[in-house]
Amino acid sequence: MGWLDVFRSSEKKNPSAKLAKERLQVVVAHRRTGRGDQPAYFPQLQQDLLAVLRKYVEVGEDAVQMEIEREGDLEVLELNITLPEARH
Amino acid sequence: MAKIIVVTSGKGGVGKTTTSASFAAGLAMRGHKTVVIDFDVGLRNLDLIMGCERRVVFDFVNVINGEANLKQALIRDKRIDNLSILAASQTRDKDALNEEGVERTLNKLAEDFEYIVCDSPAGIEKGALMAMHFADEAVIVTNPEVSSVRDSDRVLGMLSSKTKRSMEGAEPVKEHLVVTRYAPSRVGKGEMLSLDDIGDILAIPLLGVVPESETVLNASNSGMPVVLENNADAGGAYMDMVARFLGEDRPLRFTQARKGFFDRLMGR
Repeated sequence: MGWLDVFRSSEKKNPSAKLAKERLQVVVAHRRTGRGDQPAYFPQLQQDLLAVLRKYVEVGEDAVQMEIEREGDLEVLELNITLPEARH
Repeated sequence: MAKIIVVTSGKGGVGKTTTSASFAAGLAMRGHKTVVIDFDVGLRNLDLIMGCERRVVFDFVNVINGEANLKQALIRDKRIDNLSILAASQTRDKDALNEEGVERTLNKLAEDFEYIVCDSPAGIEKGALMAMHFADEAVIVTNPEVSSVRDSDRVLGMLSSKTKRSMEGAEPVKEHLVVTRYAPSRVGKGEMLSLDDIGDILAIPLLGVVPESETVLNASNSGMPVVLENNADAGGAYMDMVARFLGEDRPLRFTQARKGFFDRLMGR
């Protein structure tokens, strides 16, 4: 820190509060849309599905996307499986 | 009809007990018959903050178990009329609280008091659930800091799903935000979440802002609710909060950094 910086101390180099807000918005939005309280079996189910899938195709860790949608009393499990591009 | 207000936060150490003590004391100072209950069974501290630790004979758990009646367990504050304290048990744990016992006690208190302030323990386990279960309104105490804000959001989720009102489909628990340990100068430098930031994230109405202040520690050292202290500082912030709770319009104070000598000199 050069001696001139003493006079510039009011203009902050990294306003960390901004970062804090952005990070909080993500986690709070996550909880409020209900994704924060997914069933406890979710991660295991995801791993099992991935294992089954890998018997047949080569897929990455993020190939299986799962979400629970709540509509009134109804819970819908939404499964999104991305297959690798087919090679002909 | 008595109103039950829970003071809660999820995270520990953010100022729940300090806020409970000053909020209850403030309501009593405004002439409302108020009782404040310590729900932190096993880690009681409200008695210390209120300065009545040597007068505790029977506690909340004794009342629930029928080992003492309310009259024996309630401690009347010596400085403030209209204010009583129900201490937590120090030797038991949170499982000593049960829904029926808590409800019975609250119903009995509702016959004599206008406001029942429930000082919640930290966490989201049984003690915290018991403290919020019968609440009509909730004061969520938050520090301008990431873990506190996130935990407050979690508590908001519980208020809307785990309380008696939510389970019975009654009108939801009315939520109020109180931000404590606020340091406007650090907010000004972009180092600390601002009131607007916290408001944007939690999206509940702001009831009060308490500045970071040495008077809070001084007050708890001497067993005095800080609301009894200097009106110019944290005590004044709590009195403002009480006034707003009672429906009065009070502008926010302590939200601007104090201007330094050079700022004033340069007209900034």
